[in-house]
Amino acid sequence: MLRTILAAVSGGLFGAGLLVSGMTDTTKVQGWLDVFGDWDPTLAFVLGGAILPMALAWYVTTLRTKSVVGTEFPARPDPKLSHNLVIGSVLFGAGWGLVGLCPGPAIASLSWGGTGGIVFILAMVAGMLAANPIRARIDQVAAA
Amino acid sequence: MIGLAGAVFLLGNGRIMGASGIIGGLVDRSGLSNWQERTAFLAALVVVPALMLPIYNVEVQTNITDNMVLVVAAGLLVGIGTRLANGCTSGHGVCGISRFSLRGMVATVFYLLAGGIAMVLFRHVLGVI
Repeated sequence: MLRTILAAVSGGLFGAGLLVSGMTDTTKVQGWLDVFGDWDPTLAFVLGGAILPMALAWYVTTLRTKSVVGTEFPARPDPKLSHNLVIGSVLFGAGWGLVGLCPGPAIASLSWGGTGGIVFILAMVAGMLAANPIRARIDQVAAA
Repeated sequence: MIGLAGAVFLLGNGRIMGASGIIGGLVDRSGLSNWQERTAFLAALVVVPALMLPIYNVEVQTNITDNMVLVVAAGLLVGIGTRLANGCTSGHGVCGISRFSLRGMVATVFYLLAGGIAMVLFRHVLGVI
């Protein structure tokens, strides 16, 4: 139960932060990504401002053995860089630039995003379903 | 607040707050074992901003394009890409960089670069966005 409540607190804070910071405004996001055009750098401070408390939280995990609900802290992933990490990030970045929505803000703006927001989420879900067979195919090609 | 949200999820639940992973685990059923946690996170992510709108006395717009071909293409790219890369802006960008994860930093460099190139290509060369 506590686990569910804490997840809701986190999701709520995340949503509030995305709304207030302007991450749900696609023109603002595109203005940030448009480094070679009329560049709006303000969202860099949002990312930087989010990284600072997170860095502190990661430090706290080194002082404790378990989370509040008693689960293990996430282990460091294999530092090996896979082709999927790079291919996936490039595809994601292209999609993010194209419309200005990434997964968190897409969900956060569901109540006021209109038809476009809903269509985006449906397409994103379809893409997520397609990702597993695509990953298998890429691994097959890479191994050959 | 975004960083605080990530801190609560990490220290409270021992989990990385990555939006694409939380959604993706429900979509492809790989994360059904903790579906309550995922659903609660996503429900609050929708409801809290919705409740804030009347209080937050500013015209809030997503300004999303009316061009549904672009919207569908972008949604597909974001869905496929974040699952292949195992993370998006929140997971790799916020949670990854803050623990000095090489994967998080590399992912962030590549998606920002691709986003910048997409803007050049589609806004300045082709003029479609």
